[in-house]
Amino acid sequence: MDSQKIRNFCIIAHIDHGKSTLADRILEKTETVAQRDMEQQILDNMDLERERGITIKARAVRLNYRAQDGELYTFNLIDTPGHVDFNYEVSRSLAACEGAILVVDASQGIEAQTLANTYLAIEHDLEVVPVVNKIDLPSADPERVCDEVENVIGIPAMDAPRISAKMGTNVEAVLEKIVSDIPAPVGDPDAPLKALIFDSYYDSYKGVIIYVRVKDGTVKVGDTIRLMATGSEFVVTETGYMSPSSLINTGTLVAGEVGYIAASIKSIGDTQVGDTVTLAENPCEEALPGYRKVNPMVFSGIYPADGAKYGDLRDALEKLQLNDAALTFEPETSIALGFGFRCGFLGLLHMEIIQERLEREYNLDLITTAPSVIYKVTLTDGTVQYIDNPTNYPDPSLLASAEEPMVKADILVPSEFVGNIMDLCQDRRGTFKDMQYLDDTRVTLKYELPLNEIVYDFFDALKSRTRGYASFDYELMGYAPSKLVKLDILLNGDIVDALSFIVHADKAYPRARKIAEKLKDNIPRQLFEVPIQAAVGGKIIARETVKAMRKDVLAKCYGGDITRKKKLLEKQKEGKKRMRQLGTVEVPQEAFMSVLKLDE
Amino acid sequence: MTGLYFHIPFCAKKCPYCDFFSVPYHKETTSQYVASIIRNLAAYAPEDTVDTVYFGGGTPSLLSAAQIGDILNACAKYAHLSENTEITLEFNPTGERTQYLRDLRKVGINRLSIGTQSFSDAQLSLLGRTHRAADGIRTVMTAYEQGFYNISCDLMLACPHQSEIILSETLNTLANLPITHVSAYLLQVEEGTPLSRNTDLLAALPDDDASVDRYLQAVQTLAEYGFRQYEVSSFAKSGFESRHNMKYWKCEPFLGIGAGAHSCYGGKRFAVPKDVAAFCNSRIQPTEIIDDAPCQAQEKLMLALRMTSGAALSELSVNALKVLPRLRNAGYVTVYDDDRVSLTPKGFAVSNAVISMLLE
Repeated sequence: MDSQKIRNFCIIAHIDHGKSTLADRILEKTETVAQRDMEQQILDNMDLERERGITIKARAVRLNYRAQDGELYTFNLIDTPGHVDFNYEVSRSLAACEGAILVVDASQGIEAQTLANTYLAIEHDLEVVPVVNKIDLPSADPERVCDEVENVIGIPAMDAPRISAKMGTNVEAVLEKIVSDIPAPVGDPDAPLKALIFDSYYDSYKGVIIYVRVKDGTVKVGDTIRLMATGSEFVVTETGYMSPSSLINTGTLVAGEVGYIAASIKSIGDTQVGDTVTLAENPCEEALPGYRKVNPMVFSGIYPADGAKYGDLRDALEKLQLNDAALTFEPETSIALGFGFRCGFLGLLHMEIIQERLEREYNLDLITTAPSVIYKVTLTDGTVQYIDNPTNYPDPSLLASAEEPMVKADILVPSEFVGNIMDLCQDRRGTFKDMQYLDDTRVTLKYELPLNEIVYDFFDALKSRTRGYASFDYELMGYAPSKLVKLDILLNGDIVDALSFIVHADKAYPRARKIAEKLKDNIPRQLFEVPIQAAVGGKIIARETVKAMRKDVLAKCYGGDITRKKKLLEKQKEGKKRMRQLGTVEVPQEAFMSVLKLDE
Repeated sequence: MTGLYFHIPFCAKKCPYCDFFSVPYHKETTSQYVASIIRNLAAYAPEDTVDTVYFGGGTPSLLSAAQIGDILNACAKYAHLSENTEITLEFNPTGERTQYLRDLRKVGINRLSIGTQSFSDAQLSLLGRTHRAADGIRTVMTAYEQGFYNISCDLMLACPHQSEIILSETLNTLANLPITHVSAYLLQVEEGTPLSRNTDLLAALPDDDASVDRYLQAVQTLAEYGFRQYEVSSFAKSGFESRHNMKYWKCEPFLGIGAGAHSCYGGKRFAVPKDVAAFCNSRIQPTEIIDDAPCQAQEKLMLALRMTSGAALSELSVNALKVLPRLRNAGYVTVYDDDRVSLTPKGFAVSNAVISMLLE
């Protein structure tokens, strides 16, 4: 294949600006997919992705396009995840491309993710092709949006195609732009193999399928490949490209191409995104830059509501992990919740997705503990520990210092909400860094925030304070010293380990009060009153009481019919099963979940 | 000793809170229905001595005194009635019914259970009752004058807008009437009833705390007037406990006849389908077995604990004995005569939870 006729590109956009719809149209226009086979948003093929309108995992597809110059071009479209949790995956997908189509909504303009992703693309030396989408909307203002792209991002946008991906309007102009503006790949097919892994998934017949961009060299069926980060070696059983519906085994991939390799790889842990594939016999000298091991940032205990389902939960997590190297889990035990797993996630969205998939695809009823970040503590004897489970937080007397992870956050809001957001960030212990007007009405705010302040409910709080208009992006920036304390919750005098969490000393009191109130609302009245206490280091700082239940009686008797009374007692026993018996207190699942949503 | 229960499922008007089985009153249907009751009595009247007869409903007082007399004659003919059989009829207090009451007394009814519910006109109209407070008073007085010396009145607690004062007035009126027994029920919103869809009334219902305050108020006031609580909802002057209803709580046999009637008889619990036509058209009433081994220890205990006589400690499991001190300290149960446990009024108000703990 003539590498001059190849275009490798991705589409970047803020959520809901129409990335997947444009991808669908491109697939249609390049006649890669027959109209009748079109399923809306073909690249997002997980149910959850379609529902949430986001791409969770990268996908890639090869398309053929006959351009106006009469030549046939090969397009490799790489879809990127649209969320900050998957920033690293985004960066690896970008590294597989020469160009990026930047989709901007003609009425909403630039949003936080637009900026973040564009800067990421520019960092990777990609040619950015702006496209203004949704011009069919009555509120569309393409001229203003083009101005904004030029002024805010600083790339020329006056000749950006104005399109409606939904209606199919002017999509050809985008295709021509891809041909004319995005450079063809460069690379030496005869050099030692150097291919970038940008995605992988587990296939139960072929083993792990890795998606690669070949930078240099050639790979063929029968070659022994080496994955440079892990050093593991495999014999290639299949290689080729991805059509929208299946893998096409061509037997070889050369420099400039995007495709897949199957090599009977058993574990997805061997195929780290960002790793470099080379040949065992003639390896390249150094790996491609930018690889890093993906580490989870947010941790939470996941327990089956029914203790008997522990094994099912483990099986489900193992299956999910086959396709998700970023998910970690290890067994943990809670006095309150029994046997479960401490799971690590890239971020909150990742956590929510995993929980939702466990519940939906594996039919599990779960109890999840409050998400925690990794705290770095130095003990008085000088040892350093990383704590991802509040239960393991050291006794204050052993603690020399504590640090917590910080993020740089970009928040984009209509200017009328700036005050609200500043209050919110202040409340979340943020440090104001910068504020810029994108135009007359929109402002970008830069804050440094502790990660633990945004893992609970920050995004919801942001949305509710801006009537849904704020957009938000963050990146991790390292650890900073902090005054941290462990907050314990006691029910009827006993600590409930699953409700303990680590919090900044200044926030302990309001947080404690709120949790106590939430629990009070969510623990049903029972025969005996239930004192709820919140304590820091043994000192009670908040208290509520669930008053004893007073009325629970079936008074009537219908001509000696006692069936209802019997049924009621049976129901009562059933109901008890759904409660967690903590000492003498019965706690419903909802109570555990309610403390995760303190902002409501 | 066996009880006989006749279910008379006819009502002139359905009360908006009621989910008991009843159908609109038709004169013709009632005569067929009475004939069917008598047919059933002939077919399988208890061989054991019958010491209680109870006409429940519905509205049994819609039957004529002659019809009731026919049924009681059939009882006497086909069953062995004991000498002092308690024969109760549920009576709806509407209209001038002196003659009817006199006739009822004549055909053998010796106990009336009168659906007074409240002695506040405002409360009665909120409850959708067709009678007024004065009707209730007059019915009781007339019945007494006609020779009924064992009268029970129904009392509805925790009704919409029922304040402590309103209830206190009703209780005072009630307790000064020549009656021997009170059945006091907490109003319960049943699914599917008009009340359950009446948002205004629902909003006016007292909350759980206030409801139980009303209940405890009734228990206390009735006690002051000499009505001793002997069951969750039952109060009586000494010696006037409902012998028929006690059979339910003591797991003693009773045979129910009529559409929707329940029985615990011949070692089984069974019910007649709630179908008036099916009952009228069958020679012997159709029945559905509910429990073919009733009155086991658990069930007996559950029912016994609804009475103030309670249960012997020896009947409780080890687990139940373990929770007993907590229940006692919280004032839900008392232990008396060293070896018996019974629920207190406060305990009756949460009896579902307390009994379920004692059954563990």
